[in-house]
Parts: sequence; structure tokens; C-alpha cells
Amino acid sequence: MARQKMIARCLPLGLAAGLLAACSNPRTIPDPESEPGFESGGAAMGADSVGSGDFGGFGGGEEIPFVGEAGEALADTIYFDFDSYEIRSSDAQIVNRHSLRLLDSGARVRLEGHADERGSREYNIGLGERRAQAVRRMLMIQGVPATQIATVSFGEERPIEFGSDEAAYAANRRVVIRYPK
Amino acid sequence: MKISMLRRTLRLVVLLGLAGRAAAELRVEITEWNIEPAPIAVVPFAWEADTAASLDVSAVIAADLRRSGRFQPIDSNDMLSRPTRGADMDFDDWRILKVEAVVIGRVEQTGDNAYSVQFQLFDPFRGTQLVGYRMPASRGTLRRVAHRVADMIYEKLTGIKGVFATRVAYVTAADRGRHYELIVADQDGENEHTILESKDPIMSPAWSPDSRQLAYVSFEGSRSSIWVQTLRTGNRLRVSSEPGVNGAPAFSPDGRQLVMTLGGTDGNLDLFVMDLATRGKRRLTRHRAIDTEGSFSPDGRYVYFNSDRSGGPQVYRVSVRGGTPERVTFEGGYNARPRLSPDGQRLAVVHNDRGNFRIAVIDLERDRQLVVVSAGRQDESPSFAPNGDTLIYATRQSRDGVLETVTADGLIRQRLKSRGGDVREPVWSPFPRY
Repeated sequence: MARQKMIARCLPLGLAAGLLAACSNPRTIPDPESEPGFESGGAAMGADSVGSGDFGGFGGGEEIPFVGEAGEALADTIYFDFDSYEIRSSDAQIVNRHSLRLLDSGARVRLEGHADERGSREYNIGLGERRAQAVRRMLMIQGVPATQIATVSFGEERPIEFGSDEAAYAANRRVVIRYPK
Repeated sequence: MKISMLRRTLRLVVLLGLAGRAAAELRVEITEWNIEPAPIAVVPFAWEADTAASLDVSAVIAADLRRSGRFQPIDSNDMLSRPTRGADMDFDDWRILKVEAVVIGRVEQTGDNAYSVQFQLFDPFRGTQLVGYRMPASRGTLRRVAHRVADMIYEKLTGIKGVFATRVAYVTAADRGRHYELIVADQDGENEHTILESKDPIMSPAWSPDSRQLAYVSFEGSRSSIWVQTLRTGNRLRVSSEPGVNGAPAFSPDGRQLVMTLGGTDGNLDLFVMDLATRGKRRLTRHRAIDTEGSFSPDGRYVYFNSDRSGGPQVYRVSVRGGTPERVTFEGGYNARPRLSPDGQRLAVVHNDRGNFRIAVIDLERDRQLVVVSAGRQDESPSFAPNGDTLIYATRQSRDGVLETVTADGLIRQRLKSRGGDVREPVWSPFPRY
């Protein structure tokens, strides 16, 4: 439908951009399935107050930006309209560049979906997930295997802009494409 | 219908000077009354014991009644007499002050760390006692006994069961979203306990019906999982960590099941019901739209939930046995996070009120009309008190989340002062089981 047309239009552009891009080392992400089904943490951390501990996984600020041949970091963030999970045609090129890199490198990628702070929190988790899935589908349509892609939605819980105006809302409605170490 | 249109004659914004009180997370800061609170007198209780008073019982009772928004306890300096026994009551002293009720009482030591709390409630105009009671207490239970006294007084005067002995759970965020705490406190903000700390988001706390456990979502490890934590022991079990979204847990009325939202690898959020004993899950909805925020009806027959299958978020309900969901809300383009009152007659939602996200209540039994009861721009997470009379929800004060309560008719709204930080997702506990 409209989305497929958009992809078809953008794919040649993405191909051209991707061919210019340098390839960096593939990085793996921990396998979520290797974690136990459930665990009891309370006893180890004290009876009336459970410590946060270091849960491992992806901490903030550890990803390495994707750097193009010319040395400039390529965009890793896709933005969305309010209550929407449609990728804007102007942003499809960013996704295309990443798909080429993923096909080339076999790297794993993690798509983090976010929402602005308006409305209810769990519905915003849904919106963030849908946005991450929209990016995932576009990557898969371009041939990236599902096994290379993980998604997570933080809803409105991890804003990048701490403001309550339209500019902050727009900055927070996003999917961040991360290459975890 | 909007409450603000009803608010015509009496809109009082009163700062209650509670600055001298011990630090507590939730204190009443501002009260907006759209009805006039009744003046009452809570006479300072006598403390008849070897040691100094460990707790001002009458101050706790007066604060509870004030916080209800329905009563305005008079200053003890204005009292013409301060009786502590029924025999010393002179009703004329109170008729002059035009107080509608008088509470007197005393705390007697009956043994080592054993006390007897006595109180009497009088109607000064009729010159009659409305209720009188004597209860045993220890130093550790004095505060709880004071709340029970306030519950009895409140129920006698209003016909509504008091909720002063209940608790509230909520989430705080600090350090620009790098430090989260899940907190349980008495509903007056005292006895605050952090039951979980994390550098990753904590969301969606939900009480078990016996108020012994909380279910919640944690992003520890940077992925969502659903946990059930026993408050007394701190033991916590991860009950769901499927790929993708694990969200929005809520207990069934019998406490044996959790309804939850699972997204799966493909990110299609649907509702599932988990049997907590076996951890077996069964699908409740199947739709390509976002289905989330499930909540059992008090009779356990339905799950109310939010779905954007019509294009925007609206409330639906589905039989717990499955089947075709039935749409419940129609007014406006955004009705999310449904929560039913304990009698099942009213539904609270987050409603987009011409660009402002506000709490609205729909009377399901009568006219099904949606009434906006909050006045913020980003109000969220409504939760009914177990008496169904009051709701707690999160609103914004400049950047930070703060908590407010409002009566379900929208007439009395109060902001609870926090010690700082971003407070969100309050959930009111069920009634305690004595």
C-alpha cells in the first residue's frame, strides 16, 4: 500500500548511500533467551528493600555510533507524528542505510521505540513498540533477517528531551537504531 | 458535562500549613473544594501514660478528616474547653462554635507497651453521642489505630466507608530518568517504604486483592518483564519475560490470575490471562491493533481494556472466557487506562479533553455520561480508593509528576505535596484485612 510504495521509491537512494558506507565490526547482543525464566532476587538483596544491583544488558551510552566513510555519524533516529507509527518518507532513507549495513556486516541491531509523555503510559509502550516494529518491518522487507533485529519499547519512560512543549514531544516520538557492543 | 461549569459559587484554594510536620512523601498541599467542608472539632486527646506521648493520636485523626476534603477541623486554640471524657462535655461550648461534630478521647497505658485508645463522637446540636469505642494498641500500632478511629468517625458522619488505614503504591523517577523507585506508603504519606530500586524504568504497579503483593513491570536488563513481589518478605518472582512487550499486569479479584499485555516478537500487543499457580497463559484478545491496560471487573466476569482497533484508544470489555469484545466508550477520540470502581458501577479513564489529558469518570449504571474530574494537562493513571468515593491519579506541576486525589463526583480535589522528584502511577490498595 502506501508504505510499500514509499519503500520502493526510497530503496535506490538507500542502496546508493549504503554502498558508500564503510563497514564496522559486527557486534553481538546478549541472547535474551539465555536468561532464566524467573528468579528470586528479594532474598539476596534484603527483606524489606530490594537493591537495584547491576542487571547487565544494555546500559545507556555504550553504543558506538555508525560512522560513514566520510567520517560523519549517520542518523540513528527516526521520528514519528503524534499517535502514529508510520515512517515518514523522508526518514525511510535512514532505515535503508542501516539495512544495507546490517546485510553487509551481519551485525545485530536493537530498535528502541519511544513515545512522547502525553496520554497513558502502557498505551505509550504500545505506540513505542509499534514504531520499533515499523522500522523492523522495513528492515526485513529489505532482506535483513529477523534474527539480527531485536525491539524494545520504553514508551514515555526514557525521554531524550525533558520538556512539555511540541518540540520536546516531537523529539521524543522516535525509534533509536542501536548497535550494542 | 464538565465539573468546572458546576464550580461557580464556592471555589476555595487553601494552603494548609503543614510545614512543621515530619518529612513525608505525600502531604496535602492544596485543596479545591466545590462543596463547603463541615467544621468539626477534634479535641486533643489526653495521654495518660508513664512516658511522653509517642504519637499525637488526635492530630492523626484530624489530619485524616481534613484530607478527606469533607471536614475542616477547627484550631484547638479556638476551643472554649478541651474535654477528654464524656462527663466533661458541655455542648454549649461547641454550639457557639457551630461545629457539626466533636471528637474527644484519651490514650491510657494499660501495661508495658500496651495502651487503650478511647474516643467518643458527639453531635453538639442534638447533644447526643454518635459513636464511642475503646481499642487496644501498642506503640507500633498506635498510628494504625488512629486511622481506624478516623475511619469510624468518617463512616458515621458521611455513610461512606473510610480509607484512612489503606496504602498507596507509586513510582518515583529521579536523575533524569536514571533512578527509579517503587514505593509503598500509608495513604497519608507516612510509613514510606521503597520496595524496589532500579536504574531502569519501573511501571504499572498493581495490588493483589489481599494487599500483600504488588505486580509491576521492570525494565531491568533493558527489557520489560513482569514481576510479583511479596511486600512482607521482599521476595520477588519474574512471572513473564517473553520477547517484546511484557506489560500492564492486573490481578483478578480472587488473586489467582494476572491479566497482562504481551507483544511477542512481532509487536502485536494482545491481552493474556496467566494462572499464577501454574504460570500457564491463555490468550484473551487477538487483534492487530494495540490491546493493553487490561483490568478485571470486580465480579471477575469481564476484562476491561484499551484498544486502538477503531483508530484511537477506546475502552472495550471482553468476557474472561474470551469472545468478541464490546466497545464501552464513545465520547471523544482518546479514552485509555480503564479502571472500574469497586462496585463496578463507574469507570475511570484517561480522556483527551480538547488537547488536555484528564481523568474522566463514566457512570455505567445510569446515563453513561463522561464527566471530566481533573483539571491538568497531562493527568494519568487513575486508581479508585477501595470505598469507590475517591480517585488518586498523577498530574504535572511544572515538569514533575505529582499526585492528586479527587472525589468521583469531581467536587473535592487535592494535591499531595511530594518531597520532590517525579512521582507517577499511584495505585490505591484494597481495604486492609484486620
